[in-house]
Amino acid sequence: MLTGLGITAGYQAPVITDVSLTVHPGQTVGLAGPSGSGKSTLARVLALLHKPFAGTVEIDGETVTGFRFRAAQRTRIGVLFQQPRLSVDPRFTLRQAIAEPGGDRVGELADLVMLTDDLLGRRPHEVSDGQLQRACLARALALNPRYLICDEMTTMLDASTTAALVGVIRAYQRESGAGVLAISHDTTLLTRWADETVRLSAPLPR
Amino acid sequence: MADLTWRSAPRSRLTAASPPRSPKWRLLPSAIVLGVVALVVLVVPLFAELNEQYVDLAIANQPPSTAHLFGTDELGRDVLLRCVYALRVSLTVGVVAAVISAVAGTAVGALAGSIGGWFDRILMRVVDAIASVPHLLLGIVIVAILRPSLSAVIISIALTHWLTAARIVRSEVLSLRTRPFIDAAIAGGASRTQVLTRHLLPNVAPQVLLATTLMVPHAVWHETALSFLGLGLPPHAASIGNMINDAQRSLLIGGWWMSLAPGLLLIITTLAVSGLSGVWRDRLNPKRRTELTW
Repeated sequence: MLTGLGITAGYQAPVITDVSLTVHPGQTVGLAGPSGSGKSTLARVLALLHKPFAGTVEIDGETVTGFRFRAAQRTRIGVLFQQPRLSVDPRFTLRQAIAEPGGDRVGELADLVMLTDDLLGRRPHEVSDGQLQRACLARALALNPRYLICDEMTTMLDASTTAALVGVIRAYQRESGAGVLAISHDTTLLTRWADETVRLSAPLPR
Repeated sequence: MADLTWRSAPRSRLTAASPPRSPKWRLLPSAIVLGVVALVVLVVPLFAELNEQYVDLAIANQPPSTAHLFGTDELGRDVLLRCVYALRVSLTVGVVAAVISAVAGTAVGALAGSIGGWFDRILMRVVDAIASVPHLLLGIVIVAILRPSLSAVIISIALTHWLTAARIVRSEVLSLRTRPFIDAAIAGGASRTQVLTRHLLPNVAPQVLLATTLMVPHAVWHETALSFLGLGLPPHAASIGNMINDAQRSLLIGGWWMSLAPGLLLIITTLAVSGLSGVWRDRLNPKRRTELTW
């Protein structure tokens, strides 16, 4: 169970205050809310990439004590970012990007996300957003994460690529029992994809 | 109904798209110039009878001729031969000092930028403190401590010029470390060292390369300044700095060739180094690398 309890987090000032959220293994939780409501901030905290001002994160009953490099449990959580073009090192080929977490399953993962061998040799600027997001999904699944956080991963994609990626995630979820936190503005997508949807309210004007 | 005829507008020279110039145009001249320079500075000193310090007052201040292609200086020394020896010294000073300062600056900047926090603040205040002292003054102190010599000049220049590289690398690393691909690497279990060596350093390499290239002529100029103050190489030793400095006096009596030859050599060599590093920089840029077809 991935749990955020009483999370208050932000950058200079808090963006989210006292927010709690739980994702059970095998469950897909949708997270919706207007721009600036702190969806991505909450996602970053739960992905152990951003230290909250207050609150705790628990993974399968284990309280997280460090964030970013200090988080021993970070490989249990896979992350898919909103903009695939910014989330792959521009110098890497797709093959290198997928292999980065240290797995030797590049071929298997590429097949899973339907990337051909020709595409694996290309660099990010030589492929489409959809193809790049497929590579990012393969990279996120490389370490068989217990939880997968998808931070508006479909924003840059067309309907068919969105459907394909969601299909891959669902198949992985069925196979591994992983929990998924799906963040999106697309309420139709969340209605179809998520088992339940949590809505963050707009931030109060300062 | 009026006739509508479409006529393409003539393309002016300004709007016409010109095909991109092949990088070979930069690579070939640069490689040839540096190849010739390297060959000359390595081969000529092997001939013992060619002494660049040989004084012959009978042929002093002679303009370029077939006997002395670049003329002679006020002591009758052959300017071409002195240029060859001077390039050897000046390129050693320029390249070695530039490389040392780039390595030191990159190390400090990368550590400050990637670790951040108090470590970054303290390190950058140290950099500010050193930068607040005029670097020529600091260089003079270092050479005075080490005693004037070629290695003292190199150490002095390197120790006073790593600050620029440190600042460039730090600011690039600070910008890069907030990018999602760094977050993705961390989420994938990469350690701080792995992030630094796999992502941060390779992505700042083009900027470091540019700073190093610009540093080469600056280091040569610095060697000139130290030599002028009597803290660099001894006056009889040929270096580009010493030669240009000596030639200033001869300009007043019409001896233009004494400063022209070393000055031109310095400019041409610097342009060649710059051209070569530009090609290398393009090769390091993944987007440009795809466009390059050679």
